[in-house]
Amino acid sequence: MISSLTAEKLACVRGERRLFDGLSFRVKAGQALAVEGANGAGKTSLLRLIAGFLAPAAGTLTLTEDGKAITDAEERGRFIGWLGHQDGLKPQFTVIEQLRFYSQLYAAARTGEEDVLEQVGLTRQRDLPCRYLSAGQKRRLALARLVVSNRPLWLLDEPFAALDAAGQAMIGRLMAIHCGSGGMVVAATHDPLGLGNESLKL
Amino acid sequence: MKLATRSGGGAALALSFFALVATLVPLGIGADLKLLARVAGGILWVGAVLAALLSLDRLFQGDYDDGSLELIALAPLPLELTSFAKIAAHWLSTGLPLTVLSPLLALMFNLPGDATLTLFLSLLIGTPAVSAIGAIGASLTLSLRRGGLILPLIILPLLSPAVIFGAGAVAAKMDGFSPLGPLELLGAFSLAAVLLSPFAAAASVRLNLSG
Repeated sequence: MISSLTAEKLACVRGERRLFDGLSFRVKAGQALAVEGANGAGKTSLLRLIAGFLAPAAGTLTLTEDGKAITDAEERGRFIGWLGHQDGLKPQFTVIEQLRFYSQLYAAARTGEEDVLEQVGLTRQRDLPCRYLSAGQKRRLALARLVVSNRPLWLLDEPFAALDAAGQAMIGRLMAIHCGSGGMVVAATHDPLGLGNESLKL
Repeated sequence: MKLATRSGGGAALALSFFALVATLVPLGIGADLKLLARVAGGILWVGAVLAALLSLDRLFQGDYDDGSLELIALAPLPLELTSFAKIAAHWLSTGLPLTVLSPLLALMFNLPGDATLTLFLSLLIGTPAVSAIGAIGASLTLSLRRGGLILPLIILPLLSPAVIFGAGAVAAKMDGFSPLGPLELLGAFSLAAVLLSPFAAAASVRLNLSG
């Protein structure tokens, strides 16, 4: 069980530009952190840092699992559920194939792709190839995949993008369930998460 | 991974390209049966390599463009294994069909039966190296906008040993020597490429994710 994610004096340099410097924060199990900031402030870069795609220019990121500190980026990746800008869906695969593939790839213990589809409201589109989905439906499917991947630390980049009001409420519900079961959420967003979360201004 | 590569429809394209090259060359050279048989090994090998190139640039590109690559990188499966799976999938959907088609095309070159068998064997042994080394090139050119154009420039020089030994084996057989020597060298080259390139490809995918 992951108990916290701690960042100490993180710095991120992209090309010649220093995006942020001396950034420290801490997210505990069951908490959500909203990362706010203007366009280009480095929200996505921070998420990519946490995911281990980018190496920090300075500072450390530590996950604590059962009192044991994990600092290795590769190892940290095993705890991360990723919802990026792009949905990462293959147009020729059907909704359910897509979900099954990722639940196998992530060797997730939890089954019940059908339940998750119902949660995100895509049961009717179950056998539809992804190319016929609307942008909002693709976003819903990406979310379903996030739930199926069964990872404790969710990194969400603009989770509300392309979603209607019902969809936004649904994300709020999913995040609340996730945090309620001891998960963590770090979300880059312009909208309030509505979880009684802390926020970090870049 | 296999599914992802398979549903691309690139295999049919590669096969038709291979068949067209192999049909055009005899037309261009004319009806000199001896000459045709002489150049068959070389032409068919070069044709097979070029045909395999056609679908190589999509090996990682699709996943990179639609954001799947991040998800794959975070999966419990090491990227090295994923790269290996992609190489295997590419070979199954391109290299293997090309190999199976080659005896048919060899007919057009008037290649003797035993030399055709050598050609078939050399392609069977050598095309995995094409997929493997191609994967390195595909992963290196990920973040380039027109990476598909630079890809051949990177990997064709690296593939020259495969073409030399592959076509060499066919030529040796035609001259009445044993093709075993070139085939063994080809096998060694192919084995090394298949074993080492997943590591190179995975490292370069990681590099591209940080870009």
